Amino acid sequence: MIKAKRKPLEELFDLTKGFQRILCVGCGGCTSVCLAGGQRETQMLKTDLSQLFRENGKSAHISVFVIERQCSPEYISDIEDMIKDYGCVISAACGAGVQLLAERYRSKPVFPALNTMFVGLDRSTGLYQERCRTCGDCQLGYTGGICPVTCCSKSLFNGPCGGTNINGSCEVSRETPCAWNEIYERLKMQNRVENILSIHPPMDWTDKGPGTLIQSGYESRYIKK
Amino acid sequence: MKSGSNLERVLKAGHFAVTTEFGPPKGTDLSIVKNKAEFIRGNVDAVNVTDCQTAVVRLSSIATSAILVQMGIEPVMQMTCRDRNRIAIQSDIFGASALGIKNMLAISGDHHSFGNQKNARKVYDIDSMQMISLVKRMRDEQKMLSEDKPFQGEVPMFIGAAANPFAPPVEFRAMHLRKKIEAGADFIQTQSIYDVDKFRQWMKIVCDMGLDRQCAILAGLTPLKSAGMARYMADNVPGMQIPESLLTRMAGVPKERAAEEGIRIFCEQVEQIREIPGIAGLHIMAIEWEHRIPEITERAGLLPRPVMQGNDFFSGDPQCR
Ligand code: SF4
Repeated sequence: MIKAKRKPLEELFDLTKGFQRILCVGCGGCTSVCLAGGQRETQMLKTDLSQLFRENGKSAHISVFVIERQCSPEYISDIEDMIKDYGCVISAACGAGVQLLAERYRSKPVFPALNTMFVGLDRSTGLYQERCRTCGDCQLGYTGGICPVTCCSKSLFNGPCGGTNINGSCEVSRETPCAWNEIYERLKMQNRVENILSIHPPMDWTDKGPGTLIQSGYESRYIKK
Repeated sequence: MKSGSNLERVLKAGHFAVTTEFGPPKGTDLSIVKNKAEFIRGNVDAVNVTDCQTAVVRLSSIATSAILVQMGIEPVMQMTCRDRNRIAIQSDIFGASALGIKNMLAISGDHHSFGNQKNARKVYDIDSMQMISLVKRMRDEQKMLSEDKPFQGEVPMFIGAAANPFAPPVEFRAMHLRKKIEAGADFIQTQSIYDVDKFRQWMKIVCDMGLDRQCAILAGLTPLKSAGMARYMADNVPGMQIPESLLTRMAGVPKERAAEEGIRIFCEQVEQIREIPGIAGLHIMAIEWEHRIPEITERAGLLPRPVMQGNDFFSGDPQCR
């Protein structure tokens, strides 16, 4: 899922200090799961921000509302009536959720409460690791289920660079395993090293502007003939 | 001849080739380039020009290489995948060819987190393997990536690649080398070798795979300047391994004799490496020690360098092939 982290409070204060009535909107989706933008965190954001306002000799009325999923139009109409009473919105969703809110309520300034970090997995409560760069052309099939785009610091496709440390860590950090060392070891264990013996051609990065995905079976609904 | 470069001619004639490394300056002071280059002239067959090594911004490797061409010193232009996408890579290869550069080394490059631009966005659009295939296609078929129509003009480039025999996954390193040769590498320069026995064992595997007959393997060597430098390299340089016995030997001599000891070790290593079957030459990485290249090459018995017949390179005319 998407992992995010709260922005520094000072940055949020800077963005919102000109407003008297602020609506903090949490998200019950990914950012709630990663403990950055759910009910509890949005409430905490309100408390922290109110305090900073006070410390700066300002007062603001800050309210909290949590939307089930901010990246989905059905849910974001939940705040339609409420939003009229506020000068601005702070959204604790991922970047996509912030944008949908901003698009739906055009006349309101919508500020991001979070930095959207990556697509990752949960190691433990509050501990997440990046595992996917959403490249659009999944490579995991030939790399033993270890992503070379994400987990190799140089996103190499044909084997390790020359910098791998003797303990099998990446040249960039002794705490990070070299993805290609792991790929080799795993493929060897599964008896399929030949997967990485032939030359893998350059990627199709599909890096052509904001992408649109139409799920198969839905083409006739969205593509006009 | 694939490129007609001096390095290619030397290797083709069966001479034991010698290359070294040249670090461009931070800035545009060309007197630094010219002074350093004079130490190299005539003492090696070609010189690698690094491409913002350790990810520190420096005078570009293309510009520096072109200056060396004008001076009549043959460059091996290093090109990393770190800073250029496939458009820039191909365009820069055209540019290099047009400026008379005939050797290049395709490498992934030191990660930008090491350098002086830590907040940069990395590129790594294609990797060094893919860069090798791409240059080979440009040279042999006169075609760019994703285009079937040949372009005009030639790209006579002698293609080099790097290899680290000792880094994990160690077993895969020879297979990785084979892959680079299949991609189109004409010559290989290895990571600095300090453990010659280990390297000999690796070369045995490489020769058993027949790889030494498909490309020229140049063994990398770096003379140790001091005990401190040896320790620093062992601990900090990515992929570098120095046996404890050498570190102790360096630490055992007084400071003022350390450099001398380093050169002695180097000369012994050259002797041993020349004996290893399958080795076509030597790549000397004497970082910021360019001024000692004349002495080092002399004492290691690497001089004089062969002067190749029919070598039009030294006319200094970029158009001349
Ligand atoms: S050490 Fe391994 S993970 Fe790190 S950049 Fe090199 S190949 Fe990638």
